[in-house]
Amino acid sequence: MMQTFFDYTAIILLFISALPIYRLIKGPTVFDRMLGVGAIATKTMFLILFIGFVFDRIDMFIDITLAYAILNFIGTLAVANYVGILQSSNDKEI
Amino acid sequence: MNLMHIISILFISTGAFFVLIGNIGLIRLPDFYSRAHATGKVDTLATLLIMIGLVFYEGLNLNSAKLMLILVFVALTNPVATNALARAAYKAKLRPCFCKDDKRGCAQCNSDKK
Repeated sequence: MMQTFFDYTAIILLFISALPIYRLIKGPTVFDRMLGVGAIATKTMFLILFIGFVFDRIDMFIDITLAYAILNFIGTLAVANYVGILQSSNDKEI
Repeated sequence: MNLMHIISILFISTGAFFVLIGNIGLIRLPDFYSRAHATGKVDTLATLLIMIGLVFYEGLNLNSAKLMLILVFVALTNPVATNALARAAYKAKLRPCFCKDDKRGCAQCNSDKK
């Protein structure tokens, strides 16, 4: 019963996570694209957790999810700092 | 199928609903700051709801303790990341969209104001 629920929730989340690809392709600035990347990464965390519950190996997949959350946070902060330094150095608008 | 599974199904379904609302806001809203408003807060709430649902399904052991650790980590870092992006956009002189007719993004609106 719960395995079927996790299956269908993972499929629904997979279809929902196709929505920010629109913002990722068509976003006017680089910040919109970073928002789309962050939204897709959050949905990928849920998908990894549901796959762990479906395969009954949740003790391994939780560590992968924690590493993925840390990488998402570090990546967003790095891109924000990089674009800020780039803007302050040559003073050109995006 | 006991009571904990029903509570878990309720929490996870509410979280998936909020994920859908946040992504529709990310597509439909007009400029960058309102998009950051939508996806920053609603995705954090959806993450908290889905993690709480999985903790109710798992019970009390080491795995649910790790799930609570991920919950606290995401609740701290997701708004910080969104705030850093919005701060970088403000420093890059990206203006908020104040035009009433422009629904398609702020690039045209920015070029008109200057």
